[in-house]
Formats: sequence, structure tokens, C-alpha cells
Amino acid sequence: MKLPIYFDYQATTPMDPRVLDAMLPYFTEVFGNAASRSHAFGWKAEEAVENARAQIAAAIGANPKEIVFTSGSTEAINLAIKGVAEMYAEKGKHIVTSLVEHKAVLDTCKHLEKNGYEVTYLTPEKTGRITLEAVKAALRDDTILVALMWANNEIGTLNPVREIGALCHEKGVLFFSDATQAVGKVPVDVEADHVDLLCLSGHKIYGPKGVGCLYVRRKNPRVRLVAQIDGGGHERGMRSGTLNVPGIVGLGKACELARTDLEKDAKHASELRDYFESKIFAALDHVHLNGDKDHRLPTNSNLSFKYVEGESMIMGIKDIAVSSGSACTSASLEPSHVLRAMGVGDELAHSSIRFGFGRFTTKEQVDFAVEHVVAAVKRLRELSPLYEMVQEGIDLSTVNWQGGGTH
Amino acid sequence: MAYSNKVIDHYNNPRNVGSLDKAKATVGTGVVGAPECGDVMKLQIEVEGDRIVDAKFKTFGCGSAIASSSLATEWIKGKTLDEAMQIKNTQIVEELSLPPVKIHCSVLAEDAIKSAVMDYKAKQGAGAPLAETKKS
Repeated sequence: MKLPIYFDYQATTPMDPRVLDAMLPYFTEVFGNAASRSHAFGWKAEEAVENARAQIAAAIGANPKEIVFTSGSTEAINLAIKGVAEMYAEKGKHIVTSLVEHKAVLDTCKHLEKNGYEVTYLTPEKTGRITLEAVKAALRDDTILVALMWANNEIGTLNPVREIGALCHEKGVLFFSDATQAVGKVPVDVEADHVDLLCLSGHKIYGPKGVGCLYVRRKNPRVRLVAQIDGGGHERGMRSGTLNVPGIVGLGKACELARTDLEKDAKHASELRDYFESKIFAALDHVHLNGDKDHRLPTNSNLSFKYVEGESMIMGIKDIAVSSGSACTSASLEPSHVLRAMGVGDELAHSSIRFGFGRFTTKEQVDFAVEHVVAAVKRLRELSPLYEMVQEGIDLSTVNWQGGGTH
Repeated sequence: MAYSNKVIDHYNNPRNVGSLDKAKATVGTGVVGAPECGDVMKLQIEVEGDRIVDAKFKTFGCGSAIASSSLATEWIKGKTLDEAMQIKNTQIVEELSLPPVKIHCSVLAEDAIKSAVMDYKAKQGAGAPLAETKKS
């Protein structure tokens, strides 16, 4: 088995060879500018782009004309939220989002707050879910946009998107959903789910990095946006800049595979994930599942190994590529804002490890991971004063901790 | 994050892991840090006369925290209490090549040593009067 093994599919995915094959001609042979209308080089490139647009639209139940290409989800999120805020400012300046969104959403909303907009940040349930009731209670007469993720990138929790979408349509409020983690893992249908704006990214679905798109509804209601990048008026004026043709071809192929292989991929990942969790829970005590066991991506397992700090855990399983909600692994030295918002406690956040299962994960790899995770947890608990105290029957919440780190 | 070879060595082969009997009069125990901060160190010393004859630790924390406390136990063994109190976190930073974001791990290790020594001294003070007080 080749080491290290990749278990961080939420961060990015390896490109599917079928996607690479589709892209290759567009780097060299078919290199035209899709905006060149005067010759065959341009026409061929444009044809490839339109084919990709149709593949993407089919994957999310949209019309190809509703797809706007971007450099990825972060740009699409900026375009959706800022674009709506600026276009509908006269109607209202209130936006509803949640505390567990990706930083691209949170930081964009913070930017708007500085410019006179009001943002309500919903607190999730303990499982990380945003309820329909919470959204309903937050809506005001001046609410112009609800921005909630389809599935959370850290814990994999799925929001009740269809119900929230229906509520937004009933109230005449636009609904944007960041579906970066959801596409290819759970069914996404902008019609049935009442979504007005949606973003997705190539590199999360076995496609290339640096390419993504924003779905912008064209009717019932027609969504209008203020462009955030000025230039040649590409993408119907919503996003100027020469199209990344090979990237777009790759995104199209990745979306086609996400649609055709959805059931197979989801079944494969969830079987391995469930097998992994059953093995871990059988071998170790004091393991906490972060997120919503029932409403969860098939690819995600976020576990807190109590009394073991996340970064030391990652050091102990160096042949397994995972990430942690521990402060020590992030540049900010803050533990995960998602786990914090869920109220799981900083102590559990420091002990959390996120495992991702994907298209190329094998059972052999999972067996290897189980063996190494269990061994590392056992070893680090032997080193843990907290585990020792718990074994002695001490309730850690009653301990008067002295001093403390500088976090 | 890249770790220095010394941090990796202490992480893989931590010295002096374990516990001493904290009820014993000759054992001093220091517990510093807090679980919600992601670091808790327990460092214990066994003292004969004024010399540390044994030291043990257990740490909940990142690799650098484990390495800092492991190194601390290695350094204080055989030292007098006064010598142990002289150990500075900057020496730990230097020895382990800790990056700036990990300096707090070394501070915690210094605190753990001091806390263990204070605990031992408090125990001695609470029992028989200290030798110094008998001096004329």
C-alpha cells in the first residue's frame, strides 16, 4: 500500500483520470479563446465551454444559461452575496446566514456589515444543523438574502435545504446555498430544492483546482447581480475575464461524473465510513461523533478522541492525511469555529479529527487507518494526564485549572 | 507544520512518562494548563535532601508540548531544587528549535517545573519546620 494515505477528501480531491483525459486537448490543440467569434479556434473553445455548461446544469437541475463560471467557490460566494446585496440594497439590507458557514461566506458578510448591511448569524443545533424554525424567526421585512450551506465542510452535516428554500420562496427572499461539499455526494436539484443561487467547485468533485461556478436563477424569480469583476462583459456581464477553457471542460466532466456516479460513489463512501466508525467505536471508549449522525454526508466522519489533543494525534498517525479542529493545526490558533458554534466545547474541539472517504478510498486503506488511529489514541492516552484523572474518577469539569495556555 | 528532529524524537520516545505517588511527602506535583486551551501538563518530582532524584510527566497537548515536558523531566533529574527553578523556557525553545507559535509550550513546561517545586516545598512547610528556620 502506498503511503501516506489520503483521508482529507473535504479539503480537496485527486483528479479523476477521466477528467484529465477530457481536459488535455484544451491545453494544446484546442487552445482558442472562447470569446473569439471570428474564427474556428474560438468557435471550438466556445463549443467546449457550452458543452461543459450543459453538463454542470444537468448535475444540479438547472438551465445551462444559469451557470456563471468563476475561479472557484470563494469567488462564486463573493459574487452571490455581494452581487445580491448591491443589487437589492434599495429593497433591504438584511442578510441571514449561520455561524457554521465557510469563512468565504462569513468574511464576505463581515465585509458587508462594514458597508451598512445587517447580518443575522444563526446558531446551529448541537448537531450543526440549521432548523427551518430558526430561519423563519430570523426573516424580516428588509431581508433580501438567506445564505446557508448545503453541507458543512467540517462535520458533513446536511441542512434542510428544501424546506428552507420553500420558505424563502414563499416569503420572497432570495436563497443562496454553498453546495461545494454537497455536489456529487447527495442529490442537488435547484428546482425541487427552491435554490436561487448555488456555488460549486471543481477540485472538491475530482475535477481541477481554480475553477468553479455560480448558478444564478433566471426565472421564478429572475435573480440579478451586480458584477464584482469589471472587464469584457463575459458570462453575460456577471463575471468578466477570459474563460479558463481547460478548467471549465474539466469542471463539466467532473459534474457529469458526479451525476452519473452519484449513487455508486455515495454507497462506496458511506460503506467504508460506517465500517471505519464501527471499528473505531468497538476498539476505543470516550470517542465522540461531531455532527448529525442521520443528516450527514456519506463521505464524512468527524470524531473527537477525548483526552487526546488533535495535533499530537495527527503526529501519531503521520501516514494518514487528515485534518483537525484543534487550534494548533490552524494558522489562527483558534479551535474550529464550527465546533465552537455547535457548543461542543473547546476541549472536544481540540480533540477532533476529520476523516474523509472518497471515490478512491479502499477497504485496505481503511483497515490501515483504523489500526493506526487506535494505536495512536491508546499511546497518547497513556501520556494524557486528563485520561489518568478520568480513570481515577475525577470529573474534569470540577477541576480548578491553573494558569493555562496562551490561546 | 514541520517539527524539529528533537521534537519528533521526544514525541516518539518520551522520557520519564508516568506518575509518582502524589500522596508521598517527598513528591511534588505540578499541573498546569487547561483542557479548553488544548494543553495540560502534569509534572512530578521526587526529592531527597534538596536534590530531585526522579521526575515523571504526562501531557495532553500538541507534539511540542509533549516534547517540552519530556525535556523538562530529563533536565531536572539530578538537579537541586534551586537549580531546577533556574530553568528558563527560552532554553527549552532553543534546545527544541520551537517556532514562535509554540513558545507557549515551553512557558507551560517552565511553569510545570516551578509548580511541582512549590508543591513539594509547601508539603515540607506544612509538615516539619524547614531546616533554615532552625538555624541560629
